[in-house]
Amino acid sequence: MKFLNAQPTWLMILVSFVGLLLGWHLLVVWGAYDRFILPGPVDVWRQLMIVAGDGRLLKHSLITLSEVLPGLAIGLLIAMPLGYLLAKSPLAERLLSPYLIASQAIPVIAIAPLLTIWVSSTYWARVLVATLVVFFPILINIIAGLRSAPAELYELMHSLQATRRQIFSKLELPAALPILLAGLKVGATLSVIGALVGEFVQPKSEGLGFLLVTARYQFKTDLVFVVLVTLGTIALSMYGLVSALEKHLLRWQVNK
Amino acid sequence: MDTFLTVERVDYTFEDGPLSVLADVSLSIPAGSFVVLVGPSGVGKSTLLRLLAGLLRPSSGRITLTQQSTGNAIGIVFQRDNLMPWRTVTENVRLPLELQGRNGLAASRSVQAMIDLVGLAGFEQSYPAQLSGGMAQRVALARALVHQPTLLLLDEPFGALDALTRERMGQELLRIWQAMPVTVFMVTHSISEAVFLADEVLVMGGDPGNGRPAAITHRLPIQLLRPRRFEVQGTAEFLEYAAAIRAAIQQ
Ligand SMILES: Nc1ncnc2c1ncn2[C@@H]1O[C@H](COP(=O)(O)OP(=O)(O)OP(=O)(O)O)[C@@H](O)[C@H]1O
Ligand SMILES: [Mg+2]
Repeated sequence: MKFLNAQPTWLMILVSFVGLLLGWHLLVVWGAYDRFILPGPVDVWRQLMIVAGDGRLLKHSLITLSEVLPGLAIGLLIAMPLGYLLAKSPLAERLLSPYLIASQAIPVIAIAPLLTIWVSSTYWARVLVATLVVFFPILINIIAGLRSAPAELYELMHSLQATRRQIFSKLELPAALPILLAGLKVGATLSVIGALVGEFVQPKSEGLGFLLVTARYQFKTDLVFVVLVTLGTIALSMYGLVSALEKHLLRWQVNK
Repeated sequence: MDTFLTVERVDYTFEDGPLSVLADVSLSIPAGSFVVLVGPSGVGKSTLLRLLAGLLRPSSGRITLTQQSTGNAIGIVFQRDNLMPWRTVTENVRLPLELQGRNGLAASRSVQAMIDLVGLAGFEQSYPAQLSGGMAQRVALARALVHQPTLLLLDEPFGALDALTRERMGQELLRIWQAMPVTVFMVTHSISEAVFLADEVLVMGGDPGNGRPAAITHRLPIQLLRPRRFEVQGTAEFLEYAAAIRAAIQQ
């Protein structure tokens, strides 16, 4: 145990990953499953080489990314001012929060078909679904974040005759940042799910969701796995990116 | 001495409750003096300090700043949560100047001078999380003084510190006050701290929680010679002042 604990994290991750692949491989070999039921890692790797080689994987990934990123950005852009309003105005909160909470009770997957009826553009319908998925968790975190500045610091700013804008930029925003970034991390992974849901409901011709659906119809289970791994990689990369941003922006959270 | 600030028959009632905290509070603070307010917990000391800071408005009565010459900028130090954790020591101290739009070289010099004055040279780039409680309160003090306020308001600034650090901070505060033309109004729980620092000790009495709003019940001038050394705390004179204040609080 002591020996294992002393090893660096990346090594442990590598070891567990290799172990996972090995277990998977053995499962397939011993279980003698059909390839379209459970493909082995070797099959998936071969399929990955094919779709990566002919450019299909990249093409569909880029399509999905082009929905994920605007979805996240738009969600953030709407959640920010709305969060500020809700955090600042008890009246606005009383008027709007019942609807916001009720809207969360309806699964997005159930709203998505409606969106495809209303929004004629396939692309924007998908972006909108991604936006819907990320919007709420980000909004909640923005509100909590904006409320996290201690009363003393507000009083300090008032005693120094700070303007509203100064209070926002020098107190509220930096105070909200840790919670906001935590929300963004959740939002980043959710946005991938959102775009995928959008592609399922509107599976026209392109995107990883489209690739997944067609692969399934054709019983190309190894291709399904390739898509899953790609989706995971995209979500993880976005999470990592926000984490890196967090590390930089919150470098003041030094451990004593 | 000229009067710096007068409080005339001020009442204060919190809007969100029928609780009347202060009733008929009157006092005057001489320019350049060091006034200390003591009183039991919950009596309304912080409320009075916030009124003086202009953070609250009196329900009735008047608060007048009589010395307008250098503007009426104020500096405040609270008992806790003073610093912005995302700013370094330098950035925290610079905040008041930044809010006034002063970002130039002169501003940087004032900031450095204040950091030196409170004895934190070498910690300019540290974040609050890396400082001890005493150091953090020094930063707050530097920030409260960097824009050269005419009034310095201190609400139990050393309340969270251990006894030794607290005594040292008191002495530092006296040294800084003597080096700057600033009027100090300070709230404290420590009677010996009050005697050691003050020109005048105000005692607040009442029980707003039980329907008896607070007022200033006693004012005791402290005529110990300045500069005051630490040893003065053992003298009979000092102990007499302390006993008088204790008696006044318990009345
Ligand atoms: N925002 C508020 N709304 C309503 N009542 C308040 C508020 N702040 C304080 N009070 C009440 O006003 C009274 C005086 O409070 P204040 O904080 O001024 O006391 P204090 O003398 O500073 O006490 P302490 O020594 O414990 O800091 C208390 O009874 C308190 O409950
Ligand atoms: Mg108080």
